[in-house]
Amino acid sequence: MEHVNLFIKAVFIENMIFAYFLGMCSYLAISKTVKSAVGLGMAVIFVLTVSVPICYLLEKYVLKAGALAWLSSDFASVDLSFLSFIMFIATIASIVQLVEMVVEKFAPALYATLGIFLPLIAVNCSILGGALFMQEREYATLGEATVFAIGSGVGWFLAIVALSAIREKIRYSNIPDPLRGLGITFIITGLMAIAFMSFMGIKL
Amino acid sequence: MSNEISTAPKKEQVKKEPLFSPKNKKLLYDPMNDSNPITVQVLGICSALAVTVKMQPSIVMALAVMVVTAFSSLIISIIRNIIPNRIRIIVQLTVVAAMVILVDQFLKAFVYDVSKQLSVFVGLIITNCIVMGRLEAFAMANKPWPSFIDGIGNGLGYGVILVIVSMIRELLGSGELMGFRIIPESVYEMGYFNNGLIIMPPMALIIVGIIIWVQRSRNRKLIEAK
Repeated sequence: MEHVNLFIKAVFIENMIFAYFLGMCSYLAISKTVKSAVGLGMAVIFVLTVSVPICYLLEKYVLKAGALAWLSSDFASVDLSFLSFIMFIATIASIVQLVEMVVEKFAPALYATLGIFLPLIAVNCSILGGALFMQEREYATLGEATVFAIGSGVGWFLAIVALSAIREKIRYSNIPDPLRGLGITFIITGLMAIAFMSFMGIKL
Repeated sequence: MSNEISTAPKKEQVKKEPLFSPKNKKLLYDPMNDSNPITVQVLGICSALAVTVKMQPSIVMALAVMVVTAFSSLIISIIRNIIPNRIRIIVQLTVVAAMVILVDQFLKAFVYDVSKQLSVFVGLIITNCIVMGRLEAFAMANKPWPSFIDGIGNGLGYGVILVIVSMIRELLGSGELMGFRIIPESVYEMGYFNNGLIIMPPMALIIVGIIIWVQRSRNRKLIEAK
């Protein structure tokens, strides 16, 4: 039950885009059509689900203060937490590379749809953000961290697909010239985020 | 090590052309308006929105981004000719991550409160698209000194938007600027209320939307084609 709560919290209440604005750059750039938005959204869910648990294990067994105690008692006082940024980003970048190669080899059809988006994800803030939130909130088990990662990914997916559907609809609307394109997209996202604020009252 | 490398090419550069030639000045000033990283290039929006509730953290954030952009542009531009093309993203990320760790440790040591407020967003400078975008688009193809200027310029352009947004939000949201009370108590007694909505995350988006609107109606060449 706790995991379900955590999942719902990550998808709706603490939505990556509407509550923390993570991954906004690709969110704004790749939301022109629903098709590419779905592709990028799937890729984000996938990479988050794989990389956050790995970062969790790294954090628990290598980086945290005293985490190296399992190696030998001499290391019990070592605190490597200042290295976490570089370790996390290296993990994410290499997982993205790995995922790209695996998908290319075993699922060429999926690769054709995701192809160009996969390398972009290494620099998508939502992945590193997911890893850093996982570290900051100190999830107790690997299961919790994984559920949080899947939830964040699904929330991101929902947000980008919804925005791209709206953008497809308003393409031929009469918008004031200076607001066309980027400006109106910001305002739409703002209004969507206000809608998502209604989930805030839910206590889970 | 990097210090030794970084000073040498800079000196050469100084001899060839003045430090602030018109071209370099353009690099510095353009990002403030015509090629602003946030409102025109659409880079680095994530952190721009999340840290702008109060002015102090946003100024710290803007300085941090400026330092990281400038110095990683400088370093990447110095080693640009020896980076193998296929692994350049990882090399860039490593340089940026190292810079961010330095900045993060610095903030933790000197302004601990602000560093707590910024939480994960200091770490997220690594994936801030401004840094990566300028490395890819400029530093990989230009000499160290112009790259450094370009980094400073883009950091400033980012900072300008951050300061404007946070000024609006702090003034309307809590009646203060930099923690000092601007709207006097007597106004509150007359029935004025702080706008609670404006410190919520969605309003940051709408304010940036309005800034884009204002900027583009003043500078019509930025309007997007239909």
